[in-house]
Amino acid sequence: MTDLAASADQQQRETTSTSSRGTRILGVVTVVSMAILLMFTFGITSPDAQLGESIRIMYVHVPTISLTYVLMILNAVCGVWYLAKRSEFADLLAHAAGELAVLFLGFSIVSGALWGRITWGAYWVWDARLTTTALLFLLYVGYLAVRSVPAEPQARGTRSAVVGIAAALLIPVVHKSVDWWSSLHQQRTLFGTLDPKIGGTQLFTLMFSFVAFGFLAAWLLIHRFRVAWLAERVADRELDAAIAQRREEAQR
Amino acid sequence: MNAVLRSVGGDAIAVAGKDLRLEARSRVAMNQVLPFVLAVVLLFGFALDPDSGVLRRATPGLFWVTVLFAAILLIQRSFAVEQHNGVADALRLSGMHPAGIFLGKAGSLAVQLVAVELLMAGCAVVFYDVRLRGPLLLMVSAAAATIAIAAAGAVYGPLAAGLAVRETALPLLLVPVLAPVLLSSTRAFQIALGDAVGGGWPWAGMLGIVAALYVTLGVAVWGPLMEET
Repeated sequence: MTDLAASADQQQRETTSTSSRGTRILGVVTVVSMAILLMFTFGITSPDAQLGESIRIMYVHVPTISLTYVLMILNAVCGVWYLAKRSEFADLLAHAAGELAVLFLGFSIVSGALWGRITWGAYWVWDARLTTTALLFLLYVGYLAVRSVPAEPQARGTRSAVVGIAAALLIPVVHKSVDWWSSLHQQRTLFGTLDPKIGGTQLFTLMFSFVAFGFLAAWLLIHRFRVAWLAERVADRELDAAIAQRREEAQR
Repeated sequence: MNAVLRSVGGDAIAVAGKDLRLEARSRVAMNQVLPFVLAVVLLFGFALDPDSGVLRRATPGLFWVTVLFAAILLIQRSFAVEQHNGVADALRLSGMHPAGIFLGKAGSLAVQLVAVELLMAGCAVVFYDVRLRGPLLLMVSAAAATIAIAAAGAVYGPLAAGLAVRETALPLLLVPVLAPVLLSSTRAFQIALGDAVGGGWPWAGMLGIVAALYVTLGVAVWGPLMEET
């Protein structure tokens, strides 16, 4: 293969693939850490004295809601970045973070509902934390709805940046709702006081769940960002092709 | 700095005056939104048994849910009129300060919301047998909530007006954003009306913080938003 052909092949792969050596390694690390987390969740940790078997749900619920907050803050930071610099990178990263935030928040709400069925006897109670979390979910569904409306990239970026920044303002309300309202939801498991309320393998599993889900979030975020980036490049090419076609028609 | 503030204030008064004159001439709020509020008040009366005391206890929540419904209509109307006859472009080219336009739009919305709230308060007394107590807490929390709703509406109004799906997008975007306002104002009203125990002023304080946040957000983002919508 000549250098030119190799370069063209490389360029083709760069513009059609979302993977790279780094993401493949990250993918393997994610799968391994998820397998270890599953082993600890169902094999090694024992049931809790108070929560019983339902504590295992916490190893999904707590990291997913925490990562949801991280992704939402990333979305808002990228929104500010976009409004200040008009960076396409920031806009697409905000999109990827917003979409993943909805996914992780969905996991968190479903796992919380399952935990509620066991602990409270109902999937849903009209509790301040649950209600504000459901509203947060709807805010980011609204964010994705704004993004999905066909518009010029700059108009879409501005509108969605504003929605993302405004949505992030609700995060402190959700986070503090268990303190502000007399909530059924249990107090924060970690960082609520200086001493965590669990210890031993339970604490290790919970901490490790942050690592495993953190790898998963990073891996998904990179791929989702690259998909969005490639979609923009495809749109650019289609626009260039359409302009070229019109010019050809005009010259005939 | 003072000159900028004076310019922003002057622009805000001019835009608010324009919107309120438009409303006074078209009477959309008077002829459509206020009767809608009255209809909702009566429907709640049918839906919740007025003899059981449920209606009176639920009044703070019903009050703010109704104000929220009316706010959506007023916000949609306020920005829909600017989609015609190039009003949005004229505002963009007028040389007015974006923060002044935002504050003017929010101010006119706040005035219209106050009219809705006064009607709702009268209805609550007449139809729901509510006795007004804690007037200072009621007025302060209502004022802060009104500013918050108007400011959020003035941010989301032009944003939704620029979308092809504006009629359905605004409620989806605005209702969750105003959830902290609804929760806090309902709680403050419950305490002011004696339906709940506890201090009501922290809720009024929270409403003040939310109002300040939305006003700051609007002042900061209105410029880029106006350019793109």
